[in-house]
Amino acid sequence: MITLDVAGLAKTYTGPGRSVEAVRDLTFQVRRGELVCIVGPSGAGKTTLLRCIAGLLPATSGTVTLEGATVTGPPPGMAVVFQDYGRSLFPWLTVRGNIELPLKEKGLARAARRAACDAALAAVGLADSAEAHPWQLSGGMQQRVAIARAVAYEPSVLLMDEPFAAVDAQTRADLEDLVRTLWRDLGVTVLFVTHDIDESVYLAQRVLVLSHRPTVILEDVPIDLPAERDQLTTRGSARFTELRAHVYELVQLAKRGHRPESPVRT
Amino acid sequence: MKRIGLPVVLVALWWAASAGSTSFFWPPLPAIVAAVPSTWTGDFWLHDVVPSVVRLLIGFFLALFLGVAAGVALGTFRTVFFMAEPVLEFFRALPPPVLIPIIALVAGYTGWTAKVVTITLGCLWPVLLNTIEGVRSVDEVARETARSYHIAPLKVIVPSAGPRIATGARQALSVGVILMVISELFGANRGLGAAVVQFQRGFAVPQMWTGIILLGLLGVALSGLFQLVERHTLAWYHGWRRAEREG
Repeated sequence: MITLDVAGLAKTYTGPGRSVEAVRDLTFQVRRGELVCIVGPSGAGKTTLLRCIAGLLPATSGTVTLEGATVTGPPPGMAVVFQDYGRSLFPWLTVRGNIELPLKEKGLARAARRAACDAALAAVGLADSAEAHPWQLSGGMQQRVAIARAVAYEPSVLLMDEPFAAVDAQTRADLEDLVRTLWRDLGVTVLFVTHDIDESVYLAQRVLVLSHRPTVILEDVPIDLPAERDQLTTRGSARFTELRAHVYELVQLAKRGHRPESPVRT
Repeated sequence: MKRIGLPVVLVALWWAASAGSTSFFWPPLPAIVAAVPSTWTGDFWLHDVVPSVVRLLIGFFLALFLGVAAGVALGTFRTVFFMAEPVLEFFRALPPPVLIPIIALVAGYTGWTAKVVTITLGCLWPVLLNTIEGVRSVDEVARETARSYHIAPLKVIVPSAGPRIATGARQALSVGVILMVISELFGANRGLGAAVVQFQRGFAVPQMWTGIILLGLLGVALSGLFQLVERHTLAWYHGWRRAEREG
């Protein structure tokens, strides 16, 4: 069952007198309930790609299809967790206000909003912080709030744009485990963009490695690690090291400008 | 208590400096105080002070509403702003007092309308320009978050611009007090501003001084009230700023 279908996606930015081809040809699919990571060197057009999928940026050509419907603007079945949680959470609202506002706009009744918010906060381990303002919380907790907002929205696909790039290493490990737990327990489909190779291998069932700009997919790497993962044993396993080395090599190739003969279509 | 100290010292200084003054235009402070009971009568409050303050508040809130509405529109749509900017600059350059005769031509000379319109016109600009600035500086990530979660843009734009709107409103309030007085200089015989002018013209100097003191006190009261409301509605902003400073 295909939830997200990206076909021949291309994006060229045109300015006066020059144009920049950011994304050349991306074709991949995400099945329902999958956790897919997209990894690539900096400047691989990761953010462009994500913004096109999220319907925030019109593609130059190609299509994005979510649950059978072509994406032309932000689709109702998608929730985005932005890297910059401090700017993505609304400072004038409490944690509860932030999580419930999208639900209110969706037309959910008060009691249903409250219940969804409480459940989402409990799932991210912030049941006690509902009445605080986001800026009263630590960075890691703020990103948990942003994740809770996305989860409470009950999206078909949860898009995450380098969500942990701004938090410290320990918080990052906790949040990675949180994403795995939420994904497993709630059955959400997750598309996770990162520049961190270890993170992509640790989290994903599949890692899509991007080339340098103009972007195509270099390789679709299946991650055959056991479903039960933890920071210590998974990251210490021989298979993790192998996969990590493989993805690392691909990213190095991408940095040197290597491109596949014909774009990988998955 | 610390804020009471300076006014007390200033009043004491005035008291001491003006004691025994024989100048007609510079009466001793006790003489001014003595004129208060016979000047600040029930009739004075009811027919001068209250109507002036009510006109001020109507003009202020009208300007707040119009300024925010137009500011959101102009701040959101760049082409509209681009087209409207020369016209805005033209009208902004005109001091509302010079427009009073023209306003009076349309709205009548003695009634409330001309005075309220004068106050509104003056209060409009600080609100409008600050709102436009506030709307333009709404965070890009906040906008995209709103778009992707299908949140009505106004629900993000207006609170984001809130602190700037408050800045504009505070400036507008001071402008409003000035225009409240000026609007009564023409074609009015009642009102706080008109009363002060009439005391001047009638050489009722201590009474004139009581009017001036009352105007000052009115300014203090309005600004205190404004701060109270601002601190309540923008509590999040002050807390947020404090949190950012303390890192």
